[in-house]
Amino acid sequence: MTTAPVELGRPDAAEDVRPDRPWVAIVWNDPINLMSYVTYVFQAVFGYSKRKAEKLMLDVHHKGRAVVSSGTREEMERDCEILHSYGLWATVKQDV
Amino acid sequence: MNGGFTGARGGGVRLRIGSEEAAVVRLLMGQLIDLLGEGGEPGPRPDDGMPDLQLSENTAVSDDPVLARLFPDAYGEDQKASAEFRRYTEAGLREGKRAAARTVLATLGEGGEIVLGPDEAQAWLRSLNDLRLALGVRLDITEETLDQMRSFDWDDPRNAGYAAYDWLTYLQESLVRALW
Repeated sequence: MTTAPVELGRPDAAEDVRPDRPWVAIVWNDPINLMSYVTYVFQAVFGYSKRKAEKLMLDVHHKGRAVVSSGTREEMERDCEILHSYGLWATVKQDV
Repeated sequence: MNGGFTGARGGGVRLRIGSEEAAVVRLLMGQLIDLLGEGGEPGPRPDDGMPDLQLSENTAVSDDPVLARLFPDAYGEDQKASAEFRRYTEAGLREGKRAAARTVLATLGEGGEIVLGPDEAQAWLRSLNDLRLALGVRLDITEETLDQMRSFDWDDPRNAGYAAYDWLTYLQESLVRALW
């Protein structure tokens, strides 16, 4: 880690990569996974409170999808892999 | 019908299951293992001393809707990133699902009174869910299916599948409650 100031060049407008923008893991609604199971998985995987896990589950159910975690791309791919191991329909994308 | 799962000492669970119901789980679990890949042994290991990285040859989502549901694309719009993710994760995910299904078969036996430790209970939890996903996709279960199932049609060839799906749902729900 350096504390020296670093001069960053402005990226060209054409290649707006924005590496500082976080990545997110999204869970999508499906007609098979049980609401109780999805809530349980959110608690088990992310350590969320039952209240937060239930809110996310209801977002998935009613809105069709919900962002369940955010972080680096590697972290989100790891979360996505774990969610797939539980049979949840999860995807990764860079936050908009 | 039985009472489903209940909590047991030390974070485990217990289930009383009849031999006929155990036979249904055994049959379906066997089919799931077959679908997930032959045998359950890891693929041929490289003999040049290189470590087995569990990389999958698969980079595209399966044509089989059940496998496509169990191993979905991780990137909605980016096929290249999805392929790369699949290459690094699918073999391990497949083996995890096979191992969980084998744990179910090993602990189920011929049925009766089953007591599961915490790890075995987790294997059942994931595997019952995989089984419901597989059966649900095959039966084309939708949000509206429950209503269709209520207007029962004796001649529907999917009745046995619906009944099994319904019972597995009940079992899964009781397991989640028992683990909470």
